[in-house]
Amino acid sequence: MNEIKNSPLGDRGKKIHPHKFAMWVALASIVMMFAGLTSAFIVKSSQAGWQDIETPSLFIYSTLVIIISSVTVQMAVRAHKQREKMSKYRLYITITAFLGALFVALQFFGFSNLWTQGITFRSSISGSFLYVIIGLHALHVIGGVAALLVTFFRAFSRRERVYSSVGIEIVATYWHFVDLLWIYLVLFFTLIK
Amino acid sequence: MSNEAVLHAHAATGHAEHHEHHHHHESFITKYIFSQDHKMISKQFLVTGIVWAILGGLMSVLFRLQLGYPNETFPILEDILGKWAKGGKIQPEFYYALVTMHGTVLVFFVLTAGLSGTFSNLLIPLQCGARDMASPFLNMLSYWFFFISSIIMLSSFFIETGAASGGWTSYPPLSAIGDFSEGSKAGMDCWLISMALFIVSALLGGLNYIATVLNMRTKGLSMTKLPLTIWAFFFTAVLGVLSFPVLLSGAILLLFDRHLGTSFYLSDIFVSKTQTALPNEGGSAILYQHLFWFLGHPEVYIILLPAMGMASEIISTNSRKPIFGYMAMVGSLFAICILAFLVWAHHMFVTGLNPFLGAFFVLLTLLIAVPSAIKVFNWLTTLWKGNIRFTPAMLFAIGFVSLFISGGLTGIYLGNSALDYQLHDTYFVVAHFHIVMGVASMFGMFAGIYHWYPKMFGRHLNHTLGYIHFWVTICGAYLIFWPMHYQGLAGAPRRYYDISNWHFLKGFDGLNQFISTVALIVFATQLLFVFNYFFSMYKGRRLTTKNPWGSTTLEWTTPINPGHGNWPGEIPEVHRWAYDYSKDGRDFIPQTEPIGAEESHH
Ligand code: HEM
Ligand SMILES: [Cu+2]
Repeated sequence: MNEIKNSPLGDRGKKIHPHKFAMWVALASIVMMFAGLTSAFIVKSSQAGWQDIETPSLFIYSTLVIIISSVTVQMAVRAHKQREKMSKYRLYITITAFLGALFVALQFFGFSNLWTQGITFRSSISGSFLYVIIGLHALHVIGGVAALLVTFFRAFSRRERVYSSVGIEIVATYWHFVDLLWIYLVLFFTLIK
Repeated sequence: MSNEAVLHAHAATGHAEHHEHHHHHESFITKYIFSQDHKMISKQFLVTGIVWAILGGLMSVLFRLQLGYPNETFPILEDILGKWAKGGKIQPEFYYALVTMHGTVLVFFVLTAGLSGTFSNLLIPLQCGARDMASPFLNMLSYWFFFISSIIMLSSFFIETGAASGGWTSYPPLSAIGDFSEGSKAGMDCWLISMALFIVSALLGGLNYIATVLNMRTKGLSMTKLPLTIWAFFFTAVLGVLSFPVLLSGAILLLFDRHLGTSFYLSDIFVSKTQTALPNEGGSAILYQHLFWFLGHPEVYIILLPAMGMASEIISTNSRKPIFGYMAMVGSLFAICILAFLVWAHHMFVTGLNPFLGAFFVLLTLLIAVPSAIKVFNWLTTLWKGNIRFTPAMLFAIGFVSLFISGGLTGIYLGNSALDYQLHDTYFVVAHFHIVMGVASMFGMFAGIYHWYPKMFGRHLNHTLGYIHFWVTICGAYLIFWPMHYQGLAGAPRRYYDISNWHFLKGFDGLNQFISTVALIVFATQLLFVFNYFFSMYKGRRLTTKNPWGSTTLEWTTPINPGHGNWPGEIPEVHRWAYDYSKDGRDFIPQTEPIGAEESHH
């Protein structure tokens, strides 16, 4: 890559990578989406006919799972930075993706518990909010799992040798973000009552 | 991180990237269809925008025909439109679909995607001195999401029950229940899905624009040396990235209400068609309005800011004078950007909004007049005693300023809640936003096209056609929309199929015919522009120099037809701001020229 010395920003090598920066902007945008939804929840909860519902207790486990997955994704980043530990890197990515899938499954079981208790789209506005908001969050986790899988297969591919850790770092940032977002949502639903 | 490394990161991951250093073979597909070159993507946005502008304009001609001549029939319409114009008369359902689609298409597809998509893509890398966007791949995706969204929106015209017809704001309950109107059936689903894809496109574009402006500027180009165009595109992208997701949440809730029986917006209202009440309970339609206008108001500035930025640049260049009050211009863009998030409820004064709360929104709304006035003042002082070259681009930029003043003033009327009780949902509002947003931003867009066409295609547009285009359009725009203020003050409600039934509006029959006729003429004149655009691509006067307008900015240092990567050699370094015109006895000094020892300060 001898073009690098052609670079106009050569002296700014310490600056944040544009792709990473783009991820931060995307996160701001996701924050706005959930801010919109949770403020809609607040507005509605102050109106007549509102009934609170208990959040399923399964969510404690899913919270644990997603927090652990944040740790493993961070370990994957560390392993990638120390090049020789590529097998560890693959292992941590696999565990993280697995925990992500487990999280989504737990959310799903939490939902079906609620549903069997009679909290359906028709019967409860607060329930509907819960389904929509937590469902959208789960979609974001699924997106994260997909991104992890792409990084995972790249790590195995012979054709492309990815030495730069930018890709996995971006995925890790995103992963921590959905983790934090989930903690925010749990606190929100517990405290707003 | 360097520009080169970004391009190469892609080469390394298999998305073949090409630029000056090693010319690979580019197939038709990678060059023209799935291109990742920001210049080609910009042209794709522009051409799609032009197609949509023609369609959207045609819709307005059709519904103006109904408004101007409510009692006449036009048999030819039935031949073309079939059941939508039975007996040669635009049918009510079709009329509402036309109005809705006209608004949606012009606001989102033409003045958001067509405007930001075109010029942010073209100018951000070129004026920042970057080889391409931060992520050329996401940039390409942004266009294709827009394209798919366009196709879905377009196809909704061809379904049995017709396109969405609940207004461009798509308020529930009307938009939520198919029994309320034909357009609220499948057409509304198309609308929602299309808008969701559009939002994805806008977000992908926006985060690229932000990342590129902040991280990929060439050496020496500090933020305060940026041309005002870039500042405007930057704030536009910030507005979009922070407000579009809120509309997405609003749309998702609406989809749930439509199909899954939730009651976010719906309550037990009575449906006359089925003679039953809805099973829903406790929903609030006002909630939708909050979510919608939290995007909706920033959206109007998303449309306006790019036009402001380009007008600043074009006015300064063609007055051969530095822009007056550069920092004030940046500061007012910033102020507008912040305030845009704090005024959404001025669209909701008559929804039963608490008048005490309303008072705060009145105050914040009127505050926007301050940065707006600063900008107007600075444009006028830049023009003042300038050595003006009246190119078509310059005329359109001046026209933009004129329209922005006229429309901004009526905004101040509307921003007072006490006056708005009377004026809301009348033609006064229609006049206000068409002048200040619709026509003004179209003028900004035309100015941009006339000015940067040489950079896009290496040829000039025909100027004579340009002058005709300008004069007919500006006269037409005022003739169409000025009278609407009077209609609105007299109480003529907007969105109605036929207002000639009201006795107190009888006096406007002739005026309505006049407006419709002018609208037809203006529409035809736009076709002249379209002709000019495509004709000049092949037959226009060729550029002989790199820098036809004597501009200071970086895009004019690239070759006449730049390849992917923009500069064949090294990217130029920047030493000064973009507005050194008529300085120290020189006509202009390019940004790339180092500051001389003797040079005066600006
Ligand atoms: C001094 C500045 C402005 C003020 C105080 C202002 C105020 C208002 C108010 C209060 C309304 C609501 C009227 C109603 O529905 O009853 C309104 C409508 C509107 N304004 Fe402005 N405005 C200003 C500038 C602008 C600008 C710069 C744009 C666009 C670039 C714009 C675009 C619109 C649009 C699109 C609507 C109508 C939306 C609809 O109901 O369909 N306004 N304006
Ligand atoms: Cu507004």
